[in-house]
Amino acid sequence: MEHRTKENIETTRIQADQVCVDYNGTVALYDASLKLQSSCICGLVGMNGAGKTTLFKALMGFVRPSRGRILINGSSVSNAQKDQSVAYVPQNEGVDCSFPVSVWDVVMMGRYGSMNFLRVPRESDKKAVIDSLERVELSHLKHSPIGELSGGQRKRAFLARAIAQRASVLLLDEPFTGVDIRTEKLMAELFLQLKQDGRSILISTHDLSHVRDFCDVVVLINKTVLAYGNTSEVFTTENLSMTFGGMTPEPMSGAISFNE
Amino acid sequence: MPDFILALKPIPFLIEPLSHDFMRRALMISTLVGAVCGLLSCYMTLKGWALMGDAVSHAVMPGVVVAYALGLPFSIGAFVFGVGSVALIGFVKQKSRVKEDTVIGLVFTGFFALGLVLVSKIKSNIDLMHILFGSPLGISNSDVNQTIVICFIVVIILTIFRRDLMLYCFDATHARSIGINTGILHYLLLSVLSLAAVAGLQTVGIILVVAMLITPGATAYLLTDRFDRMTLYAIISSILSSLLGVYISYWSDIETGGSIVLVQTVLFLLAFLFAPRYGILKLNKLN
Repeated sequence: MEHRTKENIETTRIQADQVCVDYNGTVALYDASLKLQSSCICGLVGMNGAGKTTLFKALMGFVRPSRGRILINGSSVSNAQKDQSVAYVPQNEGVDCSFPVSVWDVVMMGRYGSMNFLRVPRESDKKAVIDSLERVELSHLKHSPIGELSGGQRKRAFLARAIAQRASVLLLDEPFTGVDIRTEKLMAELFLQLKQDGRSILISTHDLSHVRDFCDVVVLINKTVLAYGNTSEVFTTENLSMTFGGMTPEPMSGAISFNE
Repeated sequence: MPDFILALKPIPFLIEPLSHDFMRRALMISTLVGAVCGLLSCYMTLKGWALMGDAVSHAVMPGVVVAYALGLPFSIGAFVFGVGSVALIGFVKQKSRVKEDTVIGLVFTGFFALGLVLVSKIKSNIDLMHILFGSPLGISNSDVNQTIVICFIVVIILTIFRRDLMLYCFDATHARSIGINTGILHYLLLSVLSLAAVAGLQTVGIILVVAMLITPGATAYLLTDRFDRMTLYAIISSILSSLLGVYISYWSDIETGGSIVLVQTVLFLLAFLFAPRYGILKLNKLN
């Protein structure tokens, strides 16, 4: 176990080389290259339609790049899928909140990929779910239907699902929208813990203040990777202006102001 | 209806019809089909496939006619056309700018019209009314056997893929991201839908089979927040509707299909009004 943790810490989690994705001829992403080490939190910043979702889809193997290649933990995306290496945490709007499942059921879904064909939970699966619920502080609500949770609690439930999956790469879609300050703090602490475990977290967001607060590296994206590197180096007015198409957000506050 | 009221003495009400062979068969087949459609109805309502259910059940019509004309088991023809209609809907949707619900409406009415035309053109002993409105009281032995086989297949598939299908209905993105082939699940669910529609048309007919495929699920959905309980309640309400429907139909001499579906609708209305949590009267809040 000790050895495995060490190995985890040393690997390159995501390596994308010159990735192009197009949908029926419309280019969504071109020449996107990035390298994400283990134990790091990376902000993925761009406007709507800049290709954030497309990049996520490519990393999850939902779309096949027309050019370039993606390696996750050194192996292909489809292998990474089989190994349960990539977990996706959806935006709240992406799920049907009136679906008749409890918090426990949702987190257990993170274990499905490692279970047998009939998805019968073993003791280890139950333990993983209990642990994950504790980490997001939702143990007391495990029997609640997800429809009864607040926005922030729901977000934590889906985060717990990704933790239960034991994925080494976590893709988070706008994790801070509609989340109160307490949940935000809890999530930030959780991200740091996950990082210390050797996992890598890719956070898609257009809220720059969060990126500044706890992302080690940042990827600025507008159909391609415009800039990539340590947050303090990449977050320049010039880069941000490029990302947001002439509008310059204040790197400190995240507020957007017009350049001219 | 004096006979009906007389018959309400419970024991003879239940026992007397069982002395007839056709009634035993009708009760058995309606219960079986009800249970299977009830189980499937959970996935249909949660996935939002009510219209798809309607489409598939209507689209099997020409398949039934062609199969009878060729002397094949009707279920094979129905299955081919059911799956074919779904494939066609997917194809037209993908290749044109027409919206999905329009395509669904367009394809299933087209198939249904084709069925009607074929019935009037092909000289056979098909009773149009039986196909359209079902006839569990007049079901033949070979039809019983086919229906049992179909129900068996549907139950096996839904049992094996129970969890995967639930996850697929709830969060297809997550299902895909952990390596579950959602494309296969999609077509599996559609195939099961076609099979269940074929089974259902035996009892309530093509026009009403969609009720068997959504009403029990909708009723159960109002009663619980647990998927497992929802399937249980859907199956129970569906079986209850089939039994009550057949008995009422026998005693008051009304159309069996209509009677079964009407009981289902009444059960839904009861849930709609009195469900502890989601009923409009919100009984648990008053206590």
